[in-house]
Amino acid sequence: MDTLLQTLKDALTIGSLYALIALGYTMVYGILKFINFAHSDIVVLGGWLSLVIATKLLVWLGVDLSAGGAAAWWVGPIVLTLAMACCGLIGFTIERLAYKPLRGAPRLNVLITAIGVSLFLQNSGQLRFLFGTSPRKIPSLISDATLFSIGDVQVRLLDLVVIGTAVTLMLALEYLVFHTKIGRAMRAVSYDVRTAGLMGIPVDRVISFTFILGSSLAAAGGFLWALNFSVIKQPADTSWVLLGLKAFVAAVVGGIGNVRGAMLGGLAIGLLEGFGSTYVNPALRDVYVFAALILVLLVKPGGILGKAVVEKV
Amino acid sequence: MASLQDRAKLVPQSPLAAAWRVFWPLALALVVGVLMQHQVRTNIDAYSSKQILDIGIAIILAVSLTIVNGFTGQFSIGHAGFLAVGGYVAGSITYYGSFALFGSASATLGTMSGLYGAKADAAFLTGGEGLFLFALLAGGLVSALLGVVVGLPSLRLRGDYLAIVTLGFGEIVRVLIQQTPQVLMSKEAIAAAKPLSVPLSVGGSLGFGNVPKYTSLFWVYAAVVLTLIFAYRLKQSSTGRAMLSIREDEIAAEAMGVKTTYYKVWGFVIAAFFAGIAGGLYAHTIGISLSPVDAGFQKSFDIIIMVVLGGLGSISGAAIAAAIVTYLPELLRTPDTLMKFAIVGVPMLVVGASLLAMAGKPARKSPEKKRGHDPRAFPRFVIGLGVIITGLSLLAFLAKRFGIDLGDYRLILFALALIIMMITRPQGLLGVREVWDGALYRPVRDFFTARRHKGGTA
Amino acid sequence: MSSGVSITMSDAAEVLKGSGAAGEALEVRGVFKSFGGLKAVQDFRLSLPPAALYGLIGPNGAGKTTCFNLLTGVYRPDQGEITLGGKSLIGLRPSQIAFTGLARTFQNIRLFGELSVFENVKLACHLRTTHSLAGVIFRSGWQRAEEAAIRERARALLQVFRLHDRMDESARNLPYGDQRRLEIARALATGPKVLLLDEPAAGMNPQEKKDLRKLIREVRDVFGVSILMIEHDMGVVMDLCERITVLDYGVPIAEGTPHEIQKNPKVIEAYLGKE
Repeated sequence: MDTLLQTLKDALTIGSLYALIALGYTMVYGILKFINFAHSDIVVLGGWLSLVIATKLLVWLGVDLSAGGAAAWWVGPIVLTLAMACCGLIGFTIERLAYKPLRGAPRLNVLITAIGVSLFLQNSGQLRFLFGTSPRKIPSLISDATLFSIGDVQVRLLDLVVIGTAVTLMLALEYLVFHTKIGRAMRAVSYDVRTAGLMGIPVDRVISFTFILGSSLAAAGGFLWALNFSVIKQPADTSWVLLGLKAFVAAVVGGIGNVRGAMLGGLAIGLLEGFGSTYVNPALRDVYVFAALILVLLVKPGGILGKAVVEKV
Repeated sequence: MASLQDRAKLVPQSPLAAAWRVFWPLALALVVGVLMQHQVRTNIDAYSSKQILDIGIAIILAVSLTIVNGFTGQFSIGHAGFLAVGGYVAGSITYYGSFALFGSASATLGTMSGLYGAKADAAFLTGGEGLFLFALLAGGLVSALLGVVVGLPSLRLRGDYLAIVTLGFGEIVRVLIQQTPQVLMSKEAIAAAKPLSVPLSVGGSLGFGNVPKYTSLFWVYAAVVLTLIFAYRLKQSSTGRAMLSIREDEIAAEAMGVKTTYYKVWGFVIAAFFAGIAGGLYAHTIGISLSPVDAGFQKSFDIIIMVVLGGLGSISGAAIAAAIVTYLPELLRTPDTLMKFAIVGVPMLVVGASLLAMAGKPARKSPEKKRGHDPRAFPRFVIGLGVIITGLSLLAFLAKRFGIDLGDYRLILFALALIIMMITRPQGLLGVREVWDGALYRPVRDFFTARRHKGGTA
Repeated sequence: MSSGVSITMSDAAEVLKGSGAAGEALEVRGVFKSFGGLKAVQDFRLSLPPAALYGLIGPNGAGKTTCFNLLTGVYRPDQGEITLGGKSLIGLRPSQIAFTGLARTFQNIRLFGELSVFENVKLACHLRTTHSLAGVIFRSGWQRAEEAAIRERARALLQVFRLHDRMDESARNLPYGDQRRLEIARALATGPKVLLLDEPAAGMNPQEKKDLRKLIREVRDVFGVSILMIEHDMGVVMDLCERITVLDYGVPIAEGTPHEIQKNPKVIEAYLGKE
């Protein structure tokens, strides 16, 4: 029973992170109909930026964690906000510089460009004067003391914060997309770009906004990931790319282009990976996720909540 | 269509000619191989010889990827998976086969194997060398079979989705290789292990470095020649045309009677085969230790850069780009050499600019414009090339000035190059054309003949 | 395009002969197709005899191209029968249907842009030849014979369609009218018994339309293919077509000779609306 609960807890944590990151993929795909390969690198950036900002902030505040000091409760949110803002800006810049010139181009070209952006971000991040090539530990901003236990499973404040933040952000996004004017504009552009433009929607601004939004959520995902796992690897490390890939799979499984689908898919993939690792074979955790991708694409390409698109002949 | 007899009459036949057409590629491969093996090492230092070997393997990889990405238009970004499978299969066969046949895994070099012209232990193809050839082909075939497996999802998927699935495939291969048991180091260990597990004991995450080192300039360049000839024959053939039509417009191709599913899978199979051969050659190279990372996306991206740079669908483009991409890191490490490029770059800019001025503005309804020719294409190309070369030398100058080691920035520069290329010249160096295509010289010809019509309304 | 074409066309037809017995009838009965809740085509029927020249017209969105897609296997009908020379086409892939003898052009021209004019037409000869990997690898005598036959066939067609001097140009560089002609030439290269033309006159000026009318008539007369044409230009339709089917909202509302169609009140209503 305890294994089950532990697995469930871990799966929910990871699943909510996948969901956060998947939202960025799905929103960009919905609007521009292409997979932003560079999205996972924004997650990395978010994680590392959080580390750097947190470290510098704590120094500035005079808090020394190794000597028994603790970070005030408001440090975390500040780091998060700053990281989200920075990454939002970076996402905006990338869209303007690299993707906008290719608006009418064949999808393949945009894909290659996205790969180029991804490589650029990964390898720039590893430069000595940026983040370097060794793993580092993020200062623990939230205490990881146990709050309470269910059986043998310990629930820490950290766990609640991670899942809570993720869920809050997702709820905020849900509200934004389905109950505000800009959300309506986003949905309109994702249905039909040209018609939306003809209806007076400022398409370019909506697209930029979508990228900013997606990138901020990615940053949040990176921040929470760093908090959760405390040690983060260097920017070009495989684990980041895999994280991005799995989040993308989550978006596809839930229905690419569908915001609620991304959240559902994130949860599904988190559960699949968690339970597969615990009860079948932990070494194959990545394989389960890719197998799910292939299965979904072959059986129901629209994903759980999506619908197939028919090409006009 | 006319009957076979009628068709046969159109082409003069002779069994001798038919035999020659089969024979000459092999002969050429052998000749080039021997030349490379003996001439290069005697005239060039060991380090550069290894570079040349690496370029050869890169060429085979790039050409193989252009067959699936460029010919059939199926964007596969997990190509390194095939490389790894071919390498591991070939390595396993040579390693364990050597134990079985010769009692140990040290290389019994034939006359053509061994990178640095080490003394031969046996005649050509006898002994270990023959095993090596067999292993290479086996690696290629296993990879080709895997190509079927990867090709099948391509039937239901397009573009981005297919790319992700192929990426996933590469990762799955990597993970699976990581699970393999330790390499068995002695005859006793092999005898003690379960028979079925022996060929699979390729070291997992620790890598597989004990493969006997048979790869040589001969083998690599013989393979390069055969690959290039095959790719060329494929492209010229009806089959190649069918593949290209799928890339251009799959729906129209299907409507014209092309069995798109059949050719899409074949694209994967052929590409996988050659990638597997390249993998086998790679596995047996001195100084290389195969590892699961060789199946991962980083390696795949290296190959993609070559193909995109050269032009998707161009064989010569892929080969040229493979050479450039493999050699460029060397250049980047020696800024002095790179700075000298300015001697070529700056004149190119000047010449290109003056050519552009001379071409003038063709009148709107000139006959060239009507037929889609642009006499300014050639000067623009010269300027573009000049900008790149001058830019590189400028970069080298700045690097030297500020004490930066450009080698670190290799991937960043390539990434930037990819992005800029997609925005300014997405067809890469050659597009779908070849160096030997007439179409490539058209801009040059247009430029020189257009001068007669300069400014006129002809 | 001027006269003098007729002689070369017969020569071309000679080269192309042997692609199976010319002249088979295309029979369509009771074909329905819905996309989710949208009833795109309802009870589409058509009887196209060998060497006939028929038209399919209707207001925009009437489902004409959908009918073509149903005939060529891009969509599968929900119900109904489609047979060519008695052989059912339902469930076959488009490439198989092309092999059976049904070829088409597209409303938005779908040429192989990067390939040359010559290569576009050569490609269409692919389905009538045999191929093997060994042939490719070893450039066998058989393969070279097939290639030579393809070259000759393609060259003949290009000469007939007056595209011969542009043979090596990329298809996408051709002017619009030439691209449409190339598409027709390419479709003919597959050796069809029935040719479906989707708005062949779209975007053409009056002189080009005049030449096109002549071309289509000659294609039918010399090659013996039957032709079904979607077209909006009534001048072209009334001039060329022997019989016309009119679609409105996916339903055939009239069928008959041009004269009958022009007088049919339902047709007038569909195009012009109720009085």
